[in-house]
Amino acid sequence: MAPSGANQDAKTTKRSRELPSETAPTEKHPAPLTAGNMVARLAAIGVLLLGVVGAFLYLGGWFSPQKLTPARFVDEFERGNGIHSGFRRNHAKGVCVRGFFDSNGQGARLSKAVVFKSGRVPVIGRFSLGGGDPHATDILSTVRGLGVEFSLPDGEQWRTAMINLPVFPFKDPQAFYDNLVASQPDPNTHKPDPAKGAAFLASHPETARALAIIKGRAPSSGFDNAAYYSLNAFRFVNAEGASTYVRWTLAPVQPYEAGTGASQDKNFLFDGLIASIQRHPLQWHVVMTVAQPGDATDNATIQWPEGREQVDVGTLTLDSVESEETSPARDINFDPLVLPAGMAPSNDPLLSARSAVYSQSFTRRAGETKEPSEITPSEVRK
Amino acid sequence: MSAKTTPDRQQFTGSMRFLHWLMAAMVLAMLGIGIAMVASLGDYHRLVSIHRPLGILILILVVIRYVNRRLSSLPPFPATMSPQERFAASASEALLYTLLLVQPLVGWGMLSAARYPIVLFGSLHLFPILPHSVMLCAVLRRTHTFLAYLLFLAFLAHFGAILFHTLIVRDGMLSRMAPWRARAR
Repeated sequence: MAPSGANQDAKTTKRSRELPSETAPTEKHPAPLTAGNMVARLAAIGVLLLGVVGAFLYLGGWFSPQKLTPARFVDEFERGNGIHSGFRRNHAKGVCVRGFFDSNGQGARLSKAVVFKSGRVPVIGRFSLGGGDPHATDILSTVRGLGVEFSLPDGEQWRTAMINLPVFPFKDPQAFYDNLVASQPDPNTHKPDPAKGAAFLASHPETARALAIIKGRAPSSGFDNAAYYSLNAFRFVNAEGASTYVRWTLAPVQPYEAGTGASQDKNFLFDGLIASIQRHPLQWHVVMTVAQPGDATDNATIQWPEGREQVDVGTLTLDSVESEETSPARDINFDPLVLPAGMAPSNDPLLSARSAVYSQSFTRRAGETKEPSEITPSEVRK
Repeated sequence: MSAKTTPDRQQFTGSMRFLHWLMAAMVLAMLGIGIAMVASLGDYHRLVSIHRPLGILILILVVIRYVNRRLSSLPPFPATMSPQERFAASASEALLYTLLLVQPLVGWGMLSAARYPIVLFGSLHLFPILPHSVMLCAVLRRTHTFLAYLLFLAFLAHFGAILFHTLIVRDGMLSRMAPWRARAR
């Protein structure tokens, strides 16, 4: 680029040959600097350059090593689970699905997002088990996740990462991180230290309250009859420019059935999902719960009061299942802040942090060799 | 190259100086946002939402700036510059132009390869320029960081050189690019 630099050089040289006395600026012979003055000026240059470097290092958090960053977050996940090449650092075990979303048009009064106009959009998604071990044994009480990407006709996307808990146990990123640290296995017992867990709960009453809500209902028997929750609030903006805060729930059409604690196969939840989706398409109502003024939009540990307006905006249908190894969903980051126009984050501090940490996890796994998933293509075909 | 070095021109043209200072502010902001956002949880989303459209704006402006440069007449180098210095100045200028063009393209390609929508603002978004491939994304992500550091170092060299000329050599080099109109000499 900019080859004219050389050109300019040549021209200048030529011109200086023609007009030797005029090329020099008037300051051709400024008074020589004294040694002291020279040192002071050089020092000033050094200070200015170091100042710029210092400002950038400050912005990059170099002077605050205790600050919680996306990298430290993911490091802590890796410390607990080890690094499993190519897998997500959390919700590592999963299987991919496809289907579509039929909007009934009811959401349009809440949000101008194209996805809420009447009509159908394709979706791709991924069911997952909480935790960083991609080969973990399925357990009913383990958190179940569902990530969905809605592909809007104009090229926009709506991505959501939901879990089967009605509230989130942690109010902010620091609480989430502190709990992660407190629940790391003890090097001697290989189990989390109960004293640390108790201490965390004692200092986080909101977590204790959220866990009481979560334990109020037994987990469902499978992925297919579980409800999935957005947890965080989002701000919807409609065509008139009016803002509303909402949380959404995927309410299963498949009837709820409490899971039983009977001895189960290692992959019983995933195998159950595969069998179920191969019998018939699975469906969920996408239900928006609308906040009233005063409802907590910045704290996912707090449930909104009963009786809040619920708007069923359409039906999500998932009709095919695929191993991570053959699905593009493995390589999708279900970042909850990939939102179409008409949907925006609320003031919940977890949202930006989720986006940042998911991105960090995605960046780390993107370049790694992809190891085979627990739920293999042959497992899906069984 | 249609540059006409009129004998009395000691300054870059008004449009070149305007684009220089506008882009200087944008690029410095961009480097600051970039380094801050990768270390941020709470401000991450806000910063990324600025980083993307600002990067695309820089991409558009650098193309305009390059064309404008090619069409403008340039002031001569000050006589205080040795041929080696002139070469270094031209080379660093070429490097800066190249980085300002390539870095946004790498960012755009990286988001494309990750299958992210390339949202500018509202529903306005760009098309992907690469297929979905996380391996490609990983390479471009590392390249983006490397180029950011290179751009920062090139900026430091540029800033250091102009400080040296202004405070030590005192040849009035800064006036060539000064945002104000320099006195005719």
